Amino acid sequence: MKFTEEHEWLRVEDDVVVVGITEHASEQLGDVVFVELPEVGGEVAKDDEVVVIESVKAASDILAPLDGEITEVNEALVDEPGKVNEDPMGDAWFFKIKASDLSQMDDYMDEAAYKDFIG
Amino acid sequence: MSDDLRQTPLYGLHVELGAKMVPFAGYDMPVQYKLGVMKEHLHCRAAAGLFDVSHMGQVIVRAPGGYDEVARAMEGLVPVSVLGLAEGRQRYAMFTNDQGGILDDLMLANRGDHLFVVVNAACKATDIAHMRDGMPGCEVEEVTDRALLALQGPKAEAVLARLLAGVAEMRFMDVAVKASDFGELWISRSGYTGEDGYEISVASDQAEGFARAVLAEEEVEPIGLGARDSLRLEGGLCLYGHDIDEGTTPVEAALSWAIQKVRRRGGERAGGFPGADVILNQLENGAPRKRVGLLPEGRAPMREGTEIYTGPEGGAPIGKVTSGAFGPTIGGPMSMGYVPRDHAAEGTQLFGEVRGKRQPVTVAPLPFTPANFKR
Repeated sequence: MKFTEEHEWLRVEDDVVVVGITEHASEQLGDVVFVELPEVGGEVAKDDEVVVIESVKAASDILAPLDGEITEVNEALVDEPGKVNEDPMGDAWFFKIKASDLSQMDDYMDEAAYKDFIG
Repeated sequence: MSDDLRQTPLYGLHVELGAKMVPFAGYDMPVQYKLGVMKEHLHCRAAAGLFDVSHMGQVIVRAPGGYDEVARAMEGLVPVSVLGLAEGRQRYAMFTNDQGGILDDLMLANRGDHLFVVVNAACKATDIAHMRDGMPGCEVEEVTDRALLALQGPKAEAVLARLLAGVAEMRFMDVAVKASDFGELWISRSGYTGEDGYEISVASDQAEGFARAVLAEEEVEPIGLGARDSLRLEGGLCLYGHDIDEGTTPVEAALSWAIQKVRRRGGERAGGFPGADVILNQLENGAPRKRVGLLPEGRAPMREGTEIYTGPEGGAPIGKVTSGAFGPTIGGPMSMGYVPRDHAAEGTQLFGEVRGKRQPVTVAPLPFTPANFKR
């Protein structure tokens, strides 16, 4: 699993990368009340804003960590955004992306480095 | 920056309880505890929540002529009947400016020989100066050695009655002074959540003991400023500096109910407060715009600053959201804001622009959750 400085986690699953937010991010956000997901089939570029999350405190975005095509989104989060707080590292993944260049993953932190990063 | 923040007498308890502390109105305050905003909010609606509101200003105003003299002087600053307030009763008021705008909103209590005033934290220094300037002959004393706690929720009465005799009998907006194991308590049956409950002023050095005793009751959880904000918004209550300010009049803000007949045109003590011409005229003829409830479609909150339009595209904004959040009790987003009066009727369909997209929003009655006061 890899981690971005934007507090996303990336897990390679067959030929796609599953993206979610970290436990640390979900704690910082507070209770999530709204999630807007990208279109399946859409082409995205790294750093595009692809997901909107609204918590009880504020709105924030998830950026696409890689160039590629969105192959699946977690529709369950639309009806139950609270899952993001309950299981951010598991059930509450946001989208799957078919990366055009998997070597972009190399830029991201491993778990130890991420732990150092959040202190 | 945090070096300059003030602490309330309950600071140590907040930290011990695992609160996340944030700067608010110059104080280091708990925004949430371990439950988090959503669960704290729901807990307060279902049982009881304890809030530290010690940052708010507590002020005693006296005059040689007693309450009547103070009340007459205060009526020169607020559009409210202070003289008509019975002993042991409290009412909501606002300081107005010459344009009819609101300098602050506050609570006034007739405590027999003096007037007890509770004002917002961010405004307290200017409010006190304003009273000293505007109430000649009166002695304005800021109470700096007492904490202020709010116990709110349907179980508040049962909880407080276990600790203190005579509180169950109090009605909404009654005030009383009671001796207790924690020294003299100044109690009002009021709050700012839309729930029944009490606000309790306690000596600073007794505040933590009192708070611990209340928190030891199983119905009670500590509640932070985050849930305080969503509770008051569901309750349709204004937050100063957001929903009301120097540029909004009480009539625009839908606070006309706070202006008793005796202060209106034809009343025995009509006018005589700053901005009376503007406010009394608006009371008779209506204000050009009005604060309304707004219920967005879908789940996305329409937050403060969201511009309101009449149609799904084009046109200029007609109004703005002044408070917006997710309402845990109503299970959806809720906002308040100002719209022109010809768009203020309940059920009017409008649009708010969120992240560049116009989303439907309907003018809705306030409060969003029914008030649960013990009248």
